[in-house]
Amino acid sequence: MNCYLGVDIGSISTKGVIIDDNNNIICSLYLWTEGNPVNAVKKLVEQLKNKIPDGYLVRGIGTTGSARRLIGLMLDANVVKNEITAHAVGTLSIHPEVRTILEIGGQDSKIILVDKGIVIDYAMNTLCAAGTGAFLSSQAKRLNIPIEEFGEIALKSTNPTKIAARCTVFAESDLVHKSQMGYSKEDIVAGLCKSIVLNYLNNVGKGKKIKGPIVFQGGVSKNKGVIKYFKEILNADIIVDENGHLMGAIGIAILARQKRLEKTYSLEMAEIDFKTLGIECNKCPNNCELLKIYKNNQLIETIGSMCGRE
Amino acid sequence: MTKILAFPQMGNYYVPANYLFSHILNLKIMPPKKITKNTIELGSKNSPDFVCTPFKYTLGTMIECLDDGANVVMQFGGGCRYGYYSELQEQILKDLGYDFIYVNLISAGKADIKKIYYKLKELNPRLKIVKSLYYLLIARFMVKYMDKVDDYIRHNIGFEKNYGEFEALNGKMLKEFSKVKSLFELRHVYKKYFKLMKNVQVNKPLNCLKVGIIGELYTIMEPFANYYLERELANYNIEITRFTNVEYLLFQKGSKLKKYIKEAREYIKYNMGADASDNVARTLEMCKQNYDGIIHIKSSFCTPEIGAMPIISKICEKYDVPIIFFSFDSSTSEVGIKTRLEAFYDMIEMRKKK
Repeated sequence: MNCYLGVDIGSISTKGVIIDDNNNIICSLYLWTEGNPVNAVKKLVEQLKNKIPDGYLVRGIGTTGSARRLIGLMLDANVVKNEITAHAVGTLSIHPEVRTILEIGGQDSKIILVDKGIVIDYAMNTLCAAGTGAFLSSQAKRLNIPIEEFGEIALKSTNPTKIAARCTVFAESDLVHKSQMGYSKEDIVAGLCKSIVLNYLNNVGKGKKIKGPIVFQGGVSKNKGVIKYFKEILNADIIVDENGHLMGAIGIAILARQKRLEKTYSLEMAEIDFKTLGIECNKCPNNCELLKIYKNNQLIETIGSMCGRE
Repeated sequence: MTKILAFPQMGNYYVPANYLFSHILNLKIMPPKKITKNTIELGSKNSPDFVCTPFKYTLGTMIECLDDGANVVMQFGGGCRYGYYSELQEQILKDLGYDFIYVNLISAGKADIKKIYYKLKELNPRLKIVKSLYYLLIARFMVKYMDKVDDYIRHNIGFEKNYGEFEALNGKMLKEFSKVKSLFELRHVYKKYFKLMKNVQVNKPLNCLKVGIIGELYTIMEPFANYYLERELANYNIEITRFTNVEYLLFQKGSKLKKYIKEAREYIKYNMGADASDNVARTLEMCKQNYDGIIHIKSSFCTPEIGAMPIISKICEKYDVPIIFFSFDSSTSEVGIKTRLEAFYDMIEMRKKK
């Protein structure tokens, strides 16, 4: 039987999913990227390989997320696509009636508007990390709360404090100020969750008509506090899937299935020697930063050159 | 001391400029400098932070040229704030300690033929009116032909069978353009190459994706400033339409602007400055012609375009045409642009298939 691998390599976490011909998830895995996408994917693929039942052949591989190009080369993927399309395709396969997809990840957040099963508009945060998972996790660390419990604590509050959420740096000073003034931890945590929602709606969702059904996904969708405030502020029901964090990987696996080649992939990662080398090309005043990618000591691609020189 | 003339770059338009000045002014002309990262770094370092990017690009080129020995710098003003930029650029360059002659042909956005003539006469006291007018005419037609060829290439480059043919032909044509001796010869070269380009094999489906590019003029016309957006779009097999070019700005805008404002009277009443009202009207036109998508690009802090953007999105919403806005700065991340552009392509392709 055929199966397809989708890998979504984000800044914080790496997600992998294997689906069959009917888009059913055979197995999935969620790992921390830990700043090293190559190692994370090696680990991911090794573990996924052992989870595939006998009789399945991998017929397509897709990669998405911020390290999609690098990992696409490493895995020899047949589809390398941006995360906006991947998330839309993945979500539509599970919630075909969806109209709005809210996604908050580690470093970026996006909104995708869908009408009758096709993407009609999208937006992505452009400049600032305010209102993303990275901000939440750094604040959780500062408050000495495990990020997994963040949502539960927020739910206990009845009176979330107001936090200036325009910018991460200012939000942090405001947080310090509020805790020094004596606000309780619950109220501050709840205020933080609310500020994420407000920031998201003001920056990414600005000018977009948010219609139901609304699906909320990405790592931050595991935070119950944020879900609560989305419901409250949008005054609508929010669907949160238990596989919400895997949507990008599912989407790219589906795209890999649709664009499959007559080819079988091996998932043996241990023997592949994958190295990257960053150099500055000083051959013209552009001084491009080149990244040379070697697979088994052979140069397979150079990224970052403006003129095409390798 | 021999005078060496240098001027800022924009796209391929150095060819007619170079041609004109080398024939009428008795000066050495510095070979055109391609814009590189070094240019924009130099420009940004010596510019106010919140000035728009064309200022930074042109200032960067001028510094590079002055460093290489140029001592006459020529600048042309524009229809927006840019019209007042050259005075500031002159001051910045003088403060940096360069010794040079600064010639500002079009000041405060107003082209006065008489003033231009006197300014050129200062550079070359033996300037002949009739001869200058003749070469001006050739340069004018060169611009016209270049833009015609460019339009044809833009419509077809995404579909060429052998990658790179159009660009190679265009490069050859520009080289021959710079050597022509008469209007007749120019026309001959143009016809020859246009014919060759029409014979380039293209594999263009009947209902291919059609995208229009609008926005601020410098960012549109200088590929380095928009991260080679057109080349990127061509790789996706998209037919590209672009309205702004030098031919339009210098010779058509005057007569078309009134018509544009009339066409878009539902949305605008007065001229909004620079190309803002033109872009509103073009958006309307493209929406009515069922374009698959519109890309609006500008440099950061471009005020006229910022004024036009809400109107443009309102029109696009009404006609249900996807639009994407890009704002380019010296510190824009290229990866972010590529991700959004790819998503835009996926989106319009999905819509088209339906």
